[in-house]
Amino acid sequence: MAHDFRDFEHLLRLVAIFVVGFALFIVVRAMLVPDDFGVYGHFRAGALDDNRQRPLAHAGAAACSDCHDDVVNSRAGGGHEKVRCEACHGPLAAHADDPSAQAPELPNPGTVCLKCHLPAMAKPATFPQVDPTEHADNEPCDTCHLPHSPRLEEG
Amino acid sequence: MGVDTALLSQVEGFMYPNEVELQWSVLIVLYPFITGLVAGAFILASLERVFKVEEVRPTYRLSLLTALAFLLVAPLPLQLHLGHPERSFEMYLTPHTTSAMAMFGFVYLWYLMVVLIVEIWLDYRRDIVLQARSQTGVLQWVYRAMALGSDNISPRSLAIDDRVGRFITIVGIPSAFLLHGYVGFIFGSVKANPWWSTPLMPVVFLFSAMVSGIALVLLLYMLVSWVRRTAIDMRCLDTVARYLFYAFVIDFSLEMLDLVHRIYVADESFKSLDFMVKTRLFGSQILLQIIIGTLLPLALLALTQLARLSDRARKGLYATAGVLTMVGIFAMRWNVVIGGQLFSKSFLGYTVYKMDFATREGLLPAILLMVLPFVILAVLIRLLPPWPESAAHRESA
Repeated sequence: MAHDFRDFEHLLRLVAIFVVGFALFIVVRAMLVPDDFGVYGHFRAGALDDNRQRPLAHAGAAACSDCHDDVVNSRAGGGHEKVRCEACHGPLAAHADDPSAQAPELPNPGTVCLKCHLPAMAKPATFPQVDPTEHADNEPCDTCHLPHSPRLEEG
Repeated sequence: MGVDTALLSQVEGFMYPNEVELQWSVLIVLYPFITGLVAGAFILASLERVFKVEEVRPTYRLSLLTALAFLLVAPLPLQLHLGHPERSFEMYLTPHTTSAMAMFGFVYLWYLMVVLIVEIWLDYRRDIVLQARSQTGVLQWVYRAMALGSDNISPRSLAIDDRVGRFITIVGIPSAFLLHGYVGFIFGSVKANPWWSTPLMPVVFLFSAMVSGIALVLLLYMLVSWVRRTAIDMRCLDTVARYLFYAFVIDFSLEMLDLVHRIYVADESFKSLDFMVKTRLFGSQILLQIIIGTLLPLALLALTQLARLSDRARKGLYATAGVLTMVGIFAMRWNVVIGGQLFSKSFLGYTVYKMDFATREGLLPAILLMVLPFVILAVLIRLLPPWPESAAHRESA
């Protein structure tokens, strides 16, 4: 009988490795999976709080108009009336909190306009689309257009 | 910032904004290609073990080592594709039952740990123990660790190993089918993509996996024999080539069945797919995959079955057919993965795939990933020589 055991003892060693490996996995898993995983769904519940605590990047159009109502008024009736300030000027929550803390950068009119107005089949045909080379020989758009109210007949 | 304007200029027709740039790159082409080689090599090995095809014995161990070398590399293209590869491990900690990829993680682990490594270990145990006895220094420790500290190679223990090994191989065959069927399943289950969404996908992937794996082992066997200046066992080579031919005929029939079915059903996506095959995928699908990579090697293999040719001529034909087969199967993976992303889900537009070179998902990492399994295989062959001489050495020991 002892002889028999010796002949498959090496297989038991293999099984032991698998058992130890599996046990190790269970232990590591218990250590690594956060306690609040699965409270609300298949994610760590604390991730919601983490996200809530991240500082807001955008101030919102209302905050802009508090100080810059002249610009807001200049857009009235124009094609860009409904475009939010931060769509072109970038996120400016820090600037809205304390204007001296963050000076907004002036968008480059050679590129910022093209983000929306470069031609693409996926855009509605009524939406103004221009090929910058064909349309203006790559001159920056603000050579002719006022960015806040781009229709030419007004300028 | 947004979509590359140079890329946008090559878009034809209507493309939704998120379709212009391909999200699945050449690395995702490598993933099914490499797993296919694993499954194919393993199935060839099991021919000898389970189905007792004695002729293919000289390739048995080489097939197993090849399968292991490629399996170790199989997840790497996916890891490189991820922005945070370290997070992929969480798939094992908190797997979501609705995630095909998470389930694939377990299939992969099962196949690697329980099937392949155990089968190789059982088959090589005698060699490992003999090496542990005869080697000195660090290598002795390596072999001792591989033998799990056991020194018993009595005939009875080896007979038990053989029985357990056979059982593992029998379990291994459905596992290999599962492994590669799953890769096809992942693509086939993408309902939104008519190029992939067919229940035939797992089956087509499986047979093409067998084809590519057998072709790879055939080429490796010829290459290794040439490097070692040993004679090729023509009976073995003929048999492997015959199985390659059979698997290829089934694979080709299934792919044609899928094609004919698509043409007959001609659903709303058909015009779009048809246009693509005739234009953007013409080179890689019609020329490379079907003509050069399938019909030509099939014709060459058929010739070796029908005509009486000299050993030299057969070797030449097998090598040529093997290389063409690998090219064809790679093209098939390419056409599935890249082709499936070139057309808009609106069926009204087409985009292009622009491959980078030395970027995270470029051509260079793809080439390195294809070289890596051969490096691993070279190390494995050094550590665990698969040659018949080592078996003879076992007998005399």
